[in-house]
Amino acid sequence: MAENFHLLLWCVPLLPLLAGGIIALLPDAHGRIASKLAIGALSLSCLLALGALVCVLSPGKVHVPAPLTWFTFGDVTLKVGLLLDPLSAGMAAMVTFVALWIFIYSLGYMEKEKRFGRFFGFLSLFCGAMLMVVLSNSLLLLFMAWELVGLASYLLIGFYYEKPSAAAAAQKAFITTRVGDMAFFLGMIWLYGHSGTLLFYDGGNGLLESGALSSLAGATTIGGLTVSAAASLLLLVGAMGKSGQVPLHTWLPDAMEGPTPVSALIHAATMVAAGVFLVARTHPIFSLGGDAGIALTATAWVGAITALYAALVAMAQYDIKRILAYSTVSQLGFMMIALGTGGVAAAMFHLIAHGFFKALLFLSAGSVIHGCHEEQDIRKMGGLRKAMPRTFIAYAIGMMALSGFPFVFSGFWSKEAILHSAELWPGGKGPFLIAACAALLTAFYMTRQALLVFFGKSRSPETHPHESPAVMIVPLFVLAAGAVLLSFIGTPLWPWFEKWVHGEKVVFHAGAFGEHGAVGLLILSLVIVSVGVGASVAVYRNALASSETPDPLSTKLGGLWKFLENAMGFDAFYQKAIINPLAFFAGGIDMLERMFFVPLMGLAEGLIKGCGRITRASDEAGLNKGFDGVCDGLRERATSTSRSQSGRPQGYLRTIGLGVTVLLVLYFWLSAG
Amino acid sequence: MTPLATLLTLSSMLFTLGLFAVLTRRNAILILVGIELMLNAANINFIAFWRYGPPDPQLAGPMFVMFSIAIAAAEAAVGLAIILMVFRHTRSTDLDKLDSLHG
Repeated sequence: MAENFHLLLWCVPLLPLLAGGIIALLPDAHGRIASKLAIGALSLSCLLALGALVCVLSPGKVHVPAPLTWFTFGDVTLKVGLLLDPLSAGMAAMVTFVALWIFIYSLGYMEKEKRFGRFFGFLSLFCGAMLMVVLSNSLLLLFMAWELVGLASYLLIGFYYEKPSAAAAAQKAFITTRVGDMAFFLGMIWLYGHSGTLLFYDGGNGLLESGALSSLAGATTIGGLTVSAAASLLLLVGAMGKSGQVPLHTWLPDAMEGPTPVSALIHAATMVAAGVFLVARTHPIFSLGGDAGIALTATAWVGAITALYAALVAMAQYDIKRILAYSTVSQLGFMMIALGTGGVAAAMFHLIAHGFFKALLFLSAGSVIHGCHEEQDIRKMGGLRKAMPRTFIAYAIGMMALSGFPFVFSGFWSKEAILHSAELWPGGKGPFLIAACAALLTAFYMTRQALLVFFGKSRSPETHPHESPAVMIVPLFVLAAGAVLLSFIGTPLWPWFEKWVHGEKVVFHAGAFGEHGAVGLLILSLVIVSVGVGASVAVYRNALASSETPDPLSTKLGGLWKFLENAMGFDAFYQKAIINPLAFFAGGIDMLERMFFVPLMGLAEGLIKGCGRITRASDEAGLNKGFDGVCDGLRERATSTSRSQSGRPQGYLRTIGLGVTVLLVLYFWLSAG
Repeated sequence: MTPLATLLTLSSMLFTLGLFAVLTRRNAILILVGIELMLNAANINFIAFWRYGPPDPQLAGPMFVMFSIAIAAAEAAVGLAIILMVFRHTRSTDLDKLDSLHG
């Protein structure tokens, strides 16, 4: 029974990977079969993941299948395995469920794409790798799947590789996350060097179990830092790269060059969640230094800076997908705050809720873009409420969940949980105050976007927007239902999710609002949302008369607005600080070659030429005539011989191969006789 | 345990496959791929004979393979760079067209 169960668990990540592999072998013409294969494999793995979720529903239940030995090298044995606990089961169920609906949506969105099948192959690879990240019981397996996720995202962002901007965005994503991956890799090696294992749980010998943890906390390294703190900081840098935290966030907005379902998949359920998940998974190592130790403080502040930064930048964007991208960066910052302040359950709750409503928002944005004939500039939209009523409803639900509208939207409760954990943090009130500001800005910019896209009058009357087909609308409503229903498992009244992650039993607790200032926080959340939405409505109601009208805030803020619009100049800074010096260095080497090697070569050339002239003169005078006759004869014979010298190496190689074969046959024949 | 013969069969199949690619393909990149296949066939042999030979605490087999993998990586980088330059010159990676060394 247990054996079969573990086999099924392996199937969860392997089915989509297998589907991706098979699709890679199918010709492009068989796109329909490829899409069916991908969706079939993912729905099976979704069913299995939901089954696995049911298996760990009762509190404190964890399955650790016996790890498999991957290879033995000398006396080093590396093992890999899977792990099923509330953290991984919840994530796996969310990833498969959200991804399944994104797949179905893609059937409609990518319908006219000529590389339809290839798209589904990449999507499958992406999902399989992500599930492996989530379910892995070994840091090594997690790292390998993590790199696969990076590869798949590179392929998907660069899906329209004929477009130079898409190709550049794909490279940028790959290289930027690689900076983080390097740190992750170093951290992993360091942990391995100290504990001799990379398995998380291994019957007492695992990395996250008491034996290894106490040895990590005891050892110190440069500057009195404990090994655990140093390794967690390295892991944090890895997570920052994947989860788009400042300063490694620049790839994430550019990743919008990919098709919209990819943006939904990368920014909602999978890739960016991997970083947050990594920190949540290795949280025992992070928290070895105490609740306000270096590692957790760094995590909280990175999250806080990112949350505020991205929310500010999102206010000044015009591209519908870019606004959502920056909002993703900001929400990931919220999750990091929660992790840094000890609220692992709050972070995971926000991650899962965010997975639903951000996928919903991106898919609605895709539906808007589809309906407006590939227009992405919100200044040229407006009044779409009437033309696309269903998309509007779905979008409104997602937008309200993200801004944290009270009581029936998951975003409200998850954000409240994060604020709660930040407020109780012993390391200071900074992250809490910043998170509150960022939450206000979130409500502000999401309302701005909704007003500019769906309300008012259409600002490009010559286009005729149309509603999207049912295959794209149904996934929207399923995800919208998820975004609403999820709110009921994380309220302070019945904090099922939080208790479940910590392996405790949940009780209905009517007095919960009275504890730890929960009522005050609730009121604060309400105030934040209403101020954000109210301010936005006051500024943007009927603000844009035509697509040429400048944004009302841009006239007031002037230079500051430009600064925000350019994302605070990170890209320009990297261009100046990293790319330009490298280009300068390369130019210098080029110069060196031109100035030094080229004249040297010229000198040698002149010398050889001079020798040649002297020889030639003596040749022509003395030897020529006598040799001419001989040469002519030789040339005639040589011409006939040189015909076999075709200039094609493969021909020579074939002859050599033939010769070797003949020699071998001869050898065996002689030695046999 | 897998018998030695199976591993040798695998490696000779891989080698033949690579050789076939090198002999028949016209695209320089695919020929490079063929060469890599042949290299890796040799690597499999190294590991196989090390594994089934007398005990060897010096790990000579895997060490050879490590070097050979490193060299293969360098070789692939140089090879691709050459192909790139050839492509810039001739706008083609078809080796049959690059016969300016013929007699």
